[in-house]
Amino acid sequence: MIRLTNDPIDYAALTESVRSNQSGAVVLFLGTVREMTGGRQTVALDYECYPAMAEAKMQELLDEMRTRWPVDKAAIEHRLGHLELGDISVAAAVSCPHRVQAFEAGRWLIDELKVRVPIWKKENWSDGTTEWVHPGVPPA
Amino acid sequence: MKIAVKLFARARDLAGTESMTVDIPAEGTVASLRGAMREVCPALAPLTPHLFVAINAQYAGDTVTIRPSDEVACFPPVSGG
Repeated sequence: MIRLTNDPIDYAALTESVRSNQSGAVVLFLGTVREMTGGRQTVALDYECYPAMAEAKMQELLDEMRTRWPVDKAAIEHRLGHLELGDISVAAAVSCPHRVQAFEAGRWLIDELKVRVPIWKKENWSDGTTEWVHPGVPPA
Repeated sequence: MKIAVKLFARARDLAGTESMTVDIPAEGTVASLRGAMREVCPALAPLTPHLFVAINAQYAGDTVTIRPSDEVACFPPVSGG
């Protein structure tokens, strides 16, 4: 299951959706809005995406993950729009027969999401400035 | 041929538009698109070395040929999660 949403993420429901009697392990990753980054204070983040490509890339990740690990069920939900401190920006849940597979697959899934899926966050710093986060690109 | 390029995040802010139109030769490639974008929009210069191009929702290298019906997008490195 893949979802882009402007609403709060129901991570309990997401986690339930990947549970099954075939799996002895369920791993859930939550990304949440952090206050401090390198000594600077965040008050909020704004997320946007390229919807058609973001959905295609997330599906591609789920398909590729299944070629690497014996994944039973998997789900990704990413939030868009304005998020406050502590809000959940992304949830990724994976179930597998055994825990090592579930941890490895879940780790790979969120790592690849962060470099492949066209979603961007904009920092709203406590000094009133804003800044798009583009890894590897010098600040404006 | 005229190609509409969707822009996102800092690329959109620097260009001041969500979609820019550039003219490239028939059978033009991603590399020719990049060159045309630089000419049409010098404001993108600081981002130019970092921009990704996507054709029909797939990342596309510089040698990929663009067809008139393709959906083309251009954006800086992603930061979801």
